Amino acid sequence: MKIIKAEKITKTVADLCLKANCVLRKDILRKLKSAYKQEKNSRAKKALGAIIENARIARKEKLAICQDTGLPIVFVKLGQDVRITGDFKKAVLKGIALGYQRGNFRESIIQDPLKRGKSSYKGAIIHIDIVRGNKLGLTVLPKGFGCENKSQMKMFNPTAGIEEVKKFIVNTVKSSGADACPPYVVGVGIGGSADYAGFLAKVALLKKIDTKRSGLERDLEKEIGKLGIGPMGLGGKVTCLAIKIESYPTHIAGLPVAINISCHALRSASATL
Amino acid sequence: MKKINTPLNDKDILNLRAGDEILLSGEIYTARDQAHKRMVDAIKKGSRLPFILKNAVIYYCGPAKTPKGKIIGSCGPTTSSRMDAFTPLLLSKGLKGMIGKGARSKEVRSVIKKNKAIYLLAPAGCGALISKYVKSAKTVAYKDLGPERITQLEVKNFPLIVGIDAKGRSIYA
Repeated sequence: MKIIKAEKITKTVADLCLKANCVLRKDILRKLKSAYKQEKNSRAKKALGAIIENARIARKEKLAICQDTGLPIVFVKLGQDVRITGDFKKAVLKGIALGYQRGNFRESIIQDPLKRGKSSYKGAIIHIDIVRGNKLGLTVLPKGFGCENKSQMKMFNPTAGIEEVKKFIVNTVKSSGADACPPYVVGVGIGGSADYAGFLAKVALLKKIDTKRSGLERDLEKEIGKLGIGPMGLGGKVTCLAIKIESYPTHIAGLPVAINISCHALRSASATL
Repeated sequence: MKKINTPLNDKDILNLRAGDEILLSGEIYTARDQAHKRMVDAIKKGSRLPFILKNAVIYYCGPAKTPKGKIIGSCGPTTSSRMDAFTPLLLSKGLKGMIGKGARSKEVRSVIKKNKAIYLLAPAGCGALISKYVKSAKTVAYKDLGPERITQLEVKNFPLIVGIDAKGRSIYA
């Protein structure tokens, strides 16, 4: 049994918020740099150059990579042999508010989605998974809403083929166009239930983007590349930096597919206690 | 690259084509979703607007907070299409330029043409970089909207691309 104090969780979450929002993920930066080298379209190349320069300035000056520091999504892997003293969820929310305040990030969260009202740092989505062991894993993914707004989900008939699913994914990227800060990272959840497919699509965004691709991921990258949206929607080769798919068992009557688009500034940071 | 100053004038705008790169200097006003809703309500009620719309430029932006010792925090563009419903009325009242990211509706494009206005694209997702082109920032109105309040920014050589020109030609079409 390992004991972890709530204060420690607060401090860790605050640090992760700062890191995720100011230091671009290494795998994303690597991919952007290789895209910059490959790009022949001069406007698109310039746009990629600005994105890379932006990441450099943000890191150096501790500025947010994007003013939209998002809705924080927190993924928790709680070892079953860990005991937390204090209130876990409160500790996480406190850590978010503290990190966002320290970073001078934007207050982007409103309490009532219909009445709107004053925005603040209060709120996050917390996904908790209980795993073996005595460690506590914490990941913060600040999700900007320009791209979150482009999410789509569809319940296909079980007889729908893989081609129909592919078409849906490609069309979702197409309809995102230049709006959501391409080049995109496309997270896809296939299977489970309606809500779980949506969760999987988000989880897919946590995977390192330069790891081995499945055949389906490779096919889709190729198809999406043909859309010619390019960085900032200015044309060129790179419309998506990567597509990542997570699947899960589902029911004989259905085939849920959810897509979560991320802008080029895909941000996340993790720590293990 | 062409240097353009605000407030905009017809002569500068009419010479620009979709796809042209420009450097913008002068005063611009941040306004996004809720500020647009309020401005349009104000116009409909006949109330005064918080700044002079004639020949003005609106930047679709909700900046981050300003860190100590800096002029402004990260301040990139937000998705322009969310403002499409409010734009025609503002253009008819003299608004001349808009800065944002992404495509606009057909209607907005035709109203831009009708009013000889211009839609400009800022480097999307580059808020830290853009903060370097801001020389001063001052809250003008709707302070209660927090990051969605209207802020007057003075920018110098802000690099932009013409998204839709005064003849209604679009970079995305």
